[in-house]
Amino acid sequence: MNTSLNYAYYPGCSSTGTSVEYDMSSRAICAALGIQLQDVPDWSCCGSTPAHTVDHSLSSALSARNLDQVASMGLDSCITPCPSCLANLKTAKHKMQDENFRDKVNKLLEKPANTQVETKSVLQILVEDYGIENIKKKVVKPLTGLVVGAYYGCILNRPAELMQFDSREHPMAMDNIMEALGATVVPFPLKVECCGASFGIPRKDVVMRLSGKLLDTAQEIGALALVTACPLCQMNLDMRQSQINRANGTKHNIPIFYFTQLLGLALGLTEKELGMDKLCVSPRTLLNSIAKEEQIKEKAA
Amino acid sequence: MKIGVFVCHCGSNIEATVDTATVAAAAREFPGVVFATDTMYTCSEPGQDEIVDAIKEHNLDGIVVASCSPRMHEQTFRRTVERAGLNKYLFEMANIREHVSWIGKDREANTNKAVDLVRMASEKLMNNQPLYPKKFTINKRVLIIGGGVAGIQAALDCADGGLEVVMVEKTSTIGGKMAKLDKTFPTVDCSSCILGPRMVDVAQHPNITLYAFSEIEEINGYVGNFEIKVKKKATYVDWDACTGCGICMEKCPSKKATDTFNEEIDFTKAINIPFAQAIPKKAKIDPEFCTMLKKGKCGVCAKVCPSGCIDYEMKDEFITEKVGAIVTATGFDLFDWTVYEEYGGGRYPDVITSLQYERMLSASGPTGGHIKRPSDGKEPKDVVFIQCVGSRDKSVGRPYCTGFCCMYTAKQAILTKDHLPGSQSYVFYMDIRAAGKLYDEFTRRAMEEYDTNYIRGRVSMIYPKGDKLLVRGADTLMGTQVEVDADLVVLAVGAEASKGASKLAEKLRISYDSYGFYMEGHPKLKPVETNTAGVYLAGACQGPKDIPSSVAQGSAAAAKVLGLFSKDQLESDPQVSTVDIKRCIGCGKCIQTCPFGAIKEIDFRGMIKANVIETICQGCGICTSTCPQGAVQLQHSTDNQILSEVNALCQF
Amino acid sequence: MKVININSSYDSDFVREVEEESGQKLNLCYQCGKCTAGCPYTDEYDISVSQIMRLTQAGQKEKVLQSNSLWLCATCESCTSRCPNEIDVALIMDVLRHMARREGYTGTGRVKTFWDSFLSSVEKNGRVFEVGLLVNYISHTGRFWTDVDLGPKVLPKGKIHFKPTEMQGKKEVAKIFMRFNEESAK
Repeated sequence: MNTSLNYAYYPGCSSTGTSVEYDMSSRAICAALGIQLQDVPDWSCCGSTPAHTVDHSLSSALSARNLDQVASMGLDSCITPCPSCLANLKTAKHKMQDENFRDKVNKLLEKPANTQVETKSVLQILVEDYGIENIKKKVVKPLTGLVVGAYYGCILNRPAELMQFDSREHPMAMDNIMEALGATVVPFPLKVECCGASFGIPRKDVVMRLSGKLLDTAQEIGALALVTACPLCQMNLDMRQSQINRANGTKHNIPIFYFTQLLGLALGLTEKELGMDKLCVSPRTLLNSIAKEEQIKEKAA
Repeated sequence: MKIGVFVCHCGSNIEATVDTATVAAAAREFPGVVFATDTMYTCSEPGQDEIVDAIKEHNLDGIVVASCSPRMHEQTFRRTVERAGLNKYLFEMANIREHVSWIGKDREANTNKAVDLVRMASEKLMNNQPLYPKKFTINKRVLIIGGGVAGIQAALDCADGGLEVVMVEKTSTIGGKMAKLDKTFPTVDCSSCILGPRMVDVAQHPNITLYAFSEIEEINGYVGNFEIKVKKKATYVDWDACTGCGICMEKCPSKKATDTFNEEIDFTKAINIPFAQAIPKKAKIDPEFCTMLKKGKCGVCAKVCPSGCIDYEMKDEFITEKVGAIVTATGFDLFDWTVYEEYGGGRYPDVITSLQYERMLSASGPTGGHIKRPSDGKEPKDVVFIQCVGSRDKSVGRPYCTGFCCMYTAKQAILTKDHLPGSQSYVFYMDIRAAGKLYDEFTRRAMEEYDTNYIRGRVSMIYPKGDKLLVRGADTLMGTQVEVDADLVVLAVGAEASKGASKLAEKLRISYDSYGFYMEGHPKLKPVETNTAGVYLAGACQGPKDIPSSVAQGSAAAAKVLGLFSKDQLESDPQVSTVDIKRCIGCGKCIQTCPFGAIKEIDFRGMIKANVIETICQGCGICTSTCPQGAVQLQHSTDNQILSEVNALCQF
Repeated sequence: MKVININSSYDSDFVREVEEESGQKLNLCYQCGKCTAGCPYTDEYDISVSQIMRLTQAGQKEKVLQSNSLWLCATCESCTSRCPNEIDVALIMDVLRHMARREGYTGTGRVKTFWDSFLSSVEKNGRVFEVGLLVNYISHTGRFWTDVDLGPKVLPKGKIHFKPTEMQGKKEVAKIFMRFNEESAK
């Protein structure tokens, strides 16, 4: 194991609001695993989807401002929990290799940006740099009895040429982590199907349909919970689950975790540190049953 | 030397961008040139006659034709000058079509370049010598590599023509892909009923020696005199004694061996005969699954074999065969479709390949001809066929059309209805490629009489939903996304070059394209020849082909072999290396460097010298550039000849 | 249905612009429909993505740019990931959206308003201020009932803040927008 894992950390805007538990749990597990994070000091929004729908130079300028800060921290790689931030930061670096485009972007900035830093997801460095075998060694509270499906969302691994991580159609990173934590993983057939993304506000009906289908599928395959790696996916499935039930006439009650929360739990971190109380669909019953299963197992042993 | 120059218009192919009259006028000023003209079509009969007449009228003793590539017409013009009484090597060709007119638009620049090329040709010609081929006798036996339908056809045609045939087949039975098929399009006749008798003919033909479960280890020699080392892989069964009774297979306790003949839809035994009509019908042990070979325990087959032919100690055996020609008919393999993760990448048992489906349809297959879903053995109701899986898809490196999937998919849809009248078939297609006699009528029948639902669009994903598979595709004619709930999905997986094709090509010294398919001598005019004399192609090793085309090529290759063997002697190409024995210092560098083993060491009055075996030398010239003394010279491309060309070009 | 004259209606400038801005070659598309087959938003589109590709290839600028589909593409990359001809279809959708904006098309408007509200939140605060964004969106659309039902669920979780987080360089971010607007006006 590399004992000196050290990254710049870009939390992304939703970490200050609706996905605060993703941020909390990401920081907590990194601390527990000895992965050092240094916050990008004065990070700003990457521009997310809206910026690139307006103009690519605007989108890249918003991202480049952050990449430049990472470079001036003397670090060569930055991690972020959010796939949308990840996609934007990576796209900016990639597109700015083109000289004309770089000039166009730099014109929008205070000073020309150094964008030579690599951005990866928290998930990617856990799998590739830290290693699942090493995670397994740190598990103190296995997730025995938790039947979980892993949902990756559409842009964590796509487009493959840009994201360079896991499979674009059938990613396994979270499945493998959950299995290492002792959970029972059921293959989720719609791993990379879109949840409705940011249409929750302007076109709620679209999210009801798409996220509804994901929840229906989770139920069909017998998943008691889903793990996600994306604030938008998690929000659509968790916060809007009641809306989905109302719209579609369903009765789903499926806790939607960030994978970092379950990882933290298995590492022995407290529910409070992991922001379990921030989830809209209460995981209480499920978490109790994991603890109980574990007790039974211990007694039997 | 008195040289005549003929500058060809090639219709407008050359004349459009090269001023041929100016080229001819310039040529008249070159040393040695006494006659030069431009002609419309030099290769035509009047064009050739003009050359013959000019030779006679002006007493010419060397000819330059400036026209197309020598690969196109060098042979033609060599025959022309021979007809006029000249040695055919006193002829040079300047390629002003492929190298000039087709690649540049600037008429002036093109004309200048054409003049340069003609100057090079005439300067070289002045250094040419008459060359004379030697004759050698040939071995009139032929090797057929691959026992699929193309190889079988070639073997039977050659054998019926009186030739001795050696057939080498990699698996333990001949029959190839066709033996796995249930029915054939567009006639829906039974594949094994038409192929079976041909397979028996191969086994019984007095002129055919069959090595099954064997591979080509090494090929040496040249047209007329090849020496082949064949590896007979260990079968652990004495095939001379084996009667094919099958008792060993019945009693073998190891039941989980990979059944490649049945495309892995079932398991076979560790000792097995691939199918009832196998030729030869002999058992072989798959050592990976044999308990006796792995752990030294069991021995059931040896106990039950009535002819005592089990031999656990058997080793691979090597045999040498001498032949005069080779037909390679190594066929194709299926593209590894599991790269399509969106189709489940192999994770869903009810998503199968067309060839697996074929085994399921076959009455002699593992399901006895009953269509059953692999997952639960239930009869499917809705069957979805997806075409172009690994065809016409750049993203998986397979941009070409396999060409026969449209047809077999239509056939399988028809057979599905025949087997299960209550079923409904759906075919996702992009275009229906049915160019062949009665082919389009056949696909229409699938729609009109069998109610197959053809949906024009690709499929984006397949995923399990309950006990069904949800197939999500597009109907581009309706202009929207469509979903089909399927019980079974059959992928029309495209064809690719057979595994090991490139390795064999290197042994045969033939070229292959970027997908591993063997290159024919000429895309139109030499479809079954290769650029290596005496090596011919048949069937899908050259590119995906259906049965009629493969059979046609098998016969065509046989005709080529019979033609070659109609002579008792062949002429060797005099464009080979020769050693100037006075200059040779016996360093042996040429021997080491020759890729064909054509140079041997000889003792010349107590001194070591190099000697070229003319019949083996392919005229590649590597030795000439290796020789530190300039003692090895490639005839017709000698140092002096090449330097004269260089000097002609680099005058200033 | 309208009859289209293939040669006279072909807008070559439009085709060239799309190709230049996206770096994609439109003629690589052979209309297999795999993009439409996988697009999760087909249900909402007025013109399916493969037909957008065909109309673009055929230079039908007006028809393409006025399509509501452009505003409903979430850039989920299904089309791009699975295209057999390796065309970055999602990027083409993005570029078409840029052109639609420049030509004053908005689709049915709500999505664009949301995106604009998002960006004005970034412009103002340097980071997205979720509550501010929602308020802004509601004030522009009059859809005051948007997500009110979530209030009682989410508020007690302490995730929702009524003040934007402060950052030092928010003026720098605002300037990016300012310069962008200046450049675009040129």
